[in-house]
Amino acid sequence: MATTLSTRPRARTAPRRRKPINWGRVGSWTVLAFFILLTVVPFLWMIRTALSSNHSLAANSSNLLPADFSWGALKRVFGLQSQQDALAEGGSGAAVNFLLYLRNSLIVSTLITVAQVFFSSLAAYAFARLQWPGRDKVFSIFLGTLLVPPIFTALPNFLLIKNLGLLNTLLGIALPTMLMTPFAIFFLRQFFLGMSREVEEAAMLDGAKHLRIFFQIVLPNAVGPLATLGLLTFIAAWNDYFWPLLVGQTEASRVLTVGLGVFKSQSPQGAPDWSGLMAATLIAALPILILFLAFGKKVVNSIGFSGIK
Amino acid sequence: MTIVRQAARAEASPAPAPAPGRTRPRSKDLRIALLFIAPAFLGFVAFYLVPTIRGIYLSFTRYNLFGDPKWIGLKNYTDIFKDKLFWNSLWVTLEYVVLNIGFQTVIALVLAVLMHRVAKSTLVRGVLLLPYLIANVVVAMVWFWMLDYQIGIVNQLIDWLGLPRIAFFGDQAWAIPTIAFVNVWRHMGYTALLIFAGLQAIPGHIYEVAALDGASAWKTFWRITMPLLRPVLVLVMVVTVIGSFQVFDTVAVTTGGGPINATRVIQMYIYQRAFAESDFGYASALSVILFIILGIVAFLQMKFLRGNESDLS
Repeated sequence: MATTLSTRPRARTAPRRRKPINWGRVGSWTVLAFFILLTVVPFLWMIRTALSSNHSLAANSSNLLPADFSWGALKRVFGLQSQQDALAEGGSGAAVNFLLYLRNSLIVSTLITVAQVFFSSLAAYAFARLQWPGRDKVFSIFLGTLLVPPIFTALPNFLLIKNLGLLNTLLGIALPTMLMTPFAIFFLRQFFLGMSREVEEAAMLDGAKHLRIFFQIVLPNAVGPLATLGLLTFIAAWNDYFWPLLVGQTEASRVLTVGLGVFKSQSPQGAPDWSGLMAATLIAALPILILFLAFGKKVVNSIGFSGIK
Repeated sequence: MTIVRQAARAEASPAPAPAPGRTRPRSKDLRIALLFIAPAFLGFVAFYLVPTIRGIYLSFTRYNLFGDPKWIGLKNYTDIFKDKLFWNSLWVTLEYVVLNIGFQTVIALVLAVLMHRVAKSTLVRGVLLLPYLIANVVVAMVWFWMLDYQIGIVNQLIDWLGLPRIAFFGDQAWAIPTIAFVNVWRHMGYTALLIFAGLQAIPGHIYEVAALDGASAWKTFWRITMPLLRPVLVLVMVVTVIGSFQVFDTVAVTTGGGPINATRVIQMYIYQRAFAESDFGYASALSVILFIILGIVAFLQMKFLRGNESDLS
């Protein structure tokens, strides 16, 4: 689906080019520019604040450049600043270690992405290409789970993870989405359905078994969609807050989003540690920004009807 | 539902699939299929099917995480009916959904049309999509800072314009509109892209005919674009409304449900009942009600906006 969308020819009516000034176009660009600015400015403001020293923010609240440039906030959230320095610069003094949260987020998101994409591709292949009774019925039932709101399964899943003894572990955070999501299976099945059968059939004539065909022919041919799905899955896992909040409460099992919430709640009430908060926010956003710079086009083109989650 | 239907349609289209009217799939691959499907099936049963049933069961019990759930029939539901906090949360959520979806859909539609007509570059689309890829929590923090009463940049701007400062998150009247705005900011580009994909699906020759007939851009938009876009718009609305009803992250890290009860949206209330008051049975019943509400909302939207019929044929 994603690939068909991106390769669709873009035959459109050509805009009229003759007129000296097309006021419609000027107006259109003005509106677009406004929204682009509205989108970009908060990111710049986040970076600007993260590189400011907290005490100078109040006096320079509308200066566009960092107020009294300092790496202090970033050091503080990485736990590299002594408690005295942290307190002196407006931090809460409570131990925060975003390096650990960063590591946790990386482990959880990677685990979910690799496992989910792999297991879902197996299932999607079985739904798209293998012949077995009840196939389409099972697939519709799988898809039906798209309609169940996450909050609804969250409470019982919390109990399950608790019974399994996985509360406050990284595996407990990752487990529910490691084996499948209906979206992942749907997404890959669409691709497998559209794939040419010829190569598979030729291999089949040579006596190759399904397992070999899947690993040596199907998967290598599906690198594009697998990567797109992996990217979307990673971003979703990285950004998730509600589930890790329930299951990963201890310092050792905290992911970035949860750590961010805790950091904010520890910040001194009267004079919050804005620089520290924005530094922590920047750390949480940065990996996604990097992924976006590297693969943005892939993500943008994957948003179509199949992108609806 | 729609996605299932789409899938069915997609299945019919690729040429290599067996001709229509085929017999039941033969079971020649049954053993290998079972192997391929096993992990996903385990995940489906353990984390989707059983929890759904268990959630419904728990809603008829009293359960505080210690000991066993105790069956109490419909008591949770009758209690919820009389629960002022529940009705408040429902009302607050509704206010949020109306503001969020209203602004988001109109802005996204405008952006989609502009992307379609004047700015087709992937860069523009990419930039506008960016906020959607950033975590709710991160977005909430950034705006929480920018909208701070004392030294937030937005209030500096308001001050500079000579207007009174606004306690965006602290004022009962402003809190929900503010949270709705923050999430409009995060979702507008994504929603615009979904609509944009729908616009691209409208055949160009229809516009050519309209242009030959001398139709104005305004008329073309209302008479051609909108009717043909309707199925996509409905689909987008259904998905975004359902997502909107489940707002949690932004509230949890900014206001925590306050001031007083002004932003205690329904998912926040469920969370607090379950984890702050260890009242899992009650919280489960609330989730069942939310589930039912979402089902009804989706059904009504599909029915009254006729989302499953296309004018494009």
